[in-house]
Amino acid sequence: MSDLNTNMIEKYRNSFLNEVEANVEEGEWVKMCMQCGVCSGSCPLGNAWDHPPQELFMMIRAGKREEVLSSDSMWMCTSCYNCIVRCPREVPITHIMHGLAHYAKRLGMQPKEQPTAKFAQLFWDNLMKKGRVNELKLGVDLYFKVGEGMKTAMKNKDIGMAMWKAKRMNPMEFFGGHAVKDLKGFQNAIKKAEELEAARLEKHKA
Amino acid sequence: MTEVVATNETILVVGGGISGMTAAIEAAETGKRVVLVEKRPYLGGRVSQFYKYFPKMCFPTCGLEINQRRTKMNPNITVLTMAEVTSLEGEAGNYNATITLSPRYINENCTGCGDCAKVVEAEFDNEYDYGMSKRKGAYLPHVMAHPMRYVLDPAIIGTEEADKAKAACKVDAVDLDMQEEEVKFNCGAVIWATGWQPYDADKIQPYGHDRFDNVLSNVEFERMCDPKGPTGGKIVRPSDGKEAKNIAFIQCAGSRDRNHLYHCSRICCMATLKQTNYVTDALGDDADVTIYYIDIRSIDRFEDFYKKVQENDNVKFVKSKVASVTQDSDGNPVCNGVDTEGYNRYAQAHDLVILATGMEPSVDADKFPVDIVVNREGFIEADEKNGGIFAAGVASEALDVNRAVQHATGAALRAIQVVNRVASTEA
Repeated sequence: MSDLNTNMIEKYRNSFLNEVEANVEEGEWVKMCMQCGVCSGSCPLGNAWDHPPQELFMMIRAGKREEVLSSDSMWMCTSCYNCIVRCPREVPITHIMHGLAHYAKRLGMQPKEQPTAKFAQLFWDNLMKKGRVNELKLGVDLYFKVGEGMKTAMKNKDIGMAMWKAKRMNPMEFFGGHAVKDLKGFQNAIKKAEELEAARLEKHKA
Repeated sequence: MTEVVATNETILVVGGGISGMTAAIEAAETGKRVVLVEKRPYLGGRVSQFYKYFPKMCFPTCGLEINQRRTKMNPNITVLTMAEVTSLEGEAGNYNATITLSPRYINENCTGCGDCAKVVEAEFDNEYDYGMSKRKGAYLPHVMAHPMRYVLDPAIIGTEEADKAKAACKVDAVDLDMQEEEVKFNCGAVIWATGWQPYDADKIQPYGHDRFDNVLSNVEFERMCDPKGPTGGKIVRPSDGKEAKNIAFIQCAGSRDRNHLYHCSRICCMATLKQTNYVTDALGDDADVTIYYIDIRSIDRFEDFYKKVQENDNVKFVKSKVASVTQDSDGNPVCNGVDTEGYNRYAQAHDLVILATGMEPSVDADKFPVDIVVNREGFIEADEKNGGIFAAGVASEALDVNRAVQHATGAALRAIQVVNRVASTEA
């Protein structure tokens, strides 16, 4: 076969769809999409997306790896589940969007300064410290790292005070906060899961 | 009392639509005795409710009428209308059938003069027009109903209205004492031709058929386009009666959708292309038709029909399944979605939106009076376990009229083989 032929075969070899199927949660469903467009039309935030789900699926099948994984689109999903409910093929679109976002993040390809990605990281770090989410710390972190800092904090001052009075929030939590019963065990479990995940990722790379 | 002469060499045909009639006629014309059972008061089924057939755009009054005449002229066929099979027992070559006949309250004396309908005032939703018009309590189901006999609605029995109808009849055809009756007879083979019903458009929640006046299903639109239909053939908006020019069709409304019908109903693409012709014929260059589709399935020779519609500048095809229909402040239905050719977001207002709803079997899988093998969609399988029971037409799968008739002929042949075996063992 001529070089030109081999080059063209390489060019159109759809390794990205295989990659998505192996690494993205529910990724094996991507090939089931029949491009009817009901998901895109049903998305309440649809006009905020560069590429609606239907287009993302087509891009995956067309092998546009860089464009898909560095896209802002799947980070816009708010999990309203309109698309899943209406999809004529019962494709779990919401889950695939989160799976794609997660995979892009693992590869470090997510758009920089993407607020949803930043918040997800804050949430994770917060959870890892004590094995439970410290809502007060997460809120404050959110104000300063994603929001407008003090300005955002002051805006929510009254709500905070009311929650304190109603005993829905304890200001002392800000200094450390309480942990789950077996913090060591929790952290070990997560560490083990991370090792397994890393091994799986490494295996697919090879 | 209704008497039916039947033996183990008789073929029972359940359903008097185009498939059932065809199967009955084909078997009877080879000399077999046939009992044709129909639930409605007349033969012809769903086909009688069409304005025109595709692809030749001729009227069912033509093809259907020939079959009605063949049914009427053939002494081998016994027709039972307003009748349902309530029990069926036995095996191939020896079935016992029980048929329940609902009272029509009009006997064979009826000449179809219509004097009874003139005096009766009570009105009911007309099922022939899918409830889009009213009919009297004494009525002829439609202008070419066969048998050409009036029917009294059971709701007026025991009221003054029924007495008025009886008094008006000059030929003593009104029999108010008619009762439900049961008929039992033997038969050797059964052809099941119970056909289809349109998928309930109200169930497709995002399209708002249950909420918006100007969203119709394709079977309702078919009646609207018929000069004998509820609007006299005028294409109007049900909300305000204004002429509708900007008309949208939504394909695969309920079909090929795991939330509704798993199968492709096969006929809806052609039905929409046919109905597009009604619009462009009626409005000429004023017509503004948009067809929203996933893919157009105009199989084999119907491709020409599709091409002709595509060439019409007044018809636009948008490759997209509409995500939802909303209503604007002027009562216009608005189609919302994203198209697949460019991923452009649209919110397009129309005068009228037609949902191309598909076919589902008219009998629920668990409602058959006998054990029968059906597939996931509820259509009858060609399975040896069904013994001497054979499906004809849309009872077996979603088919257009042409293919249903061919299928019915095949079913007739299978039934004939069973009764021939009976005949050779009895001889």
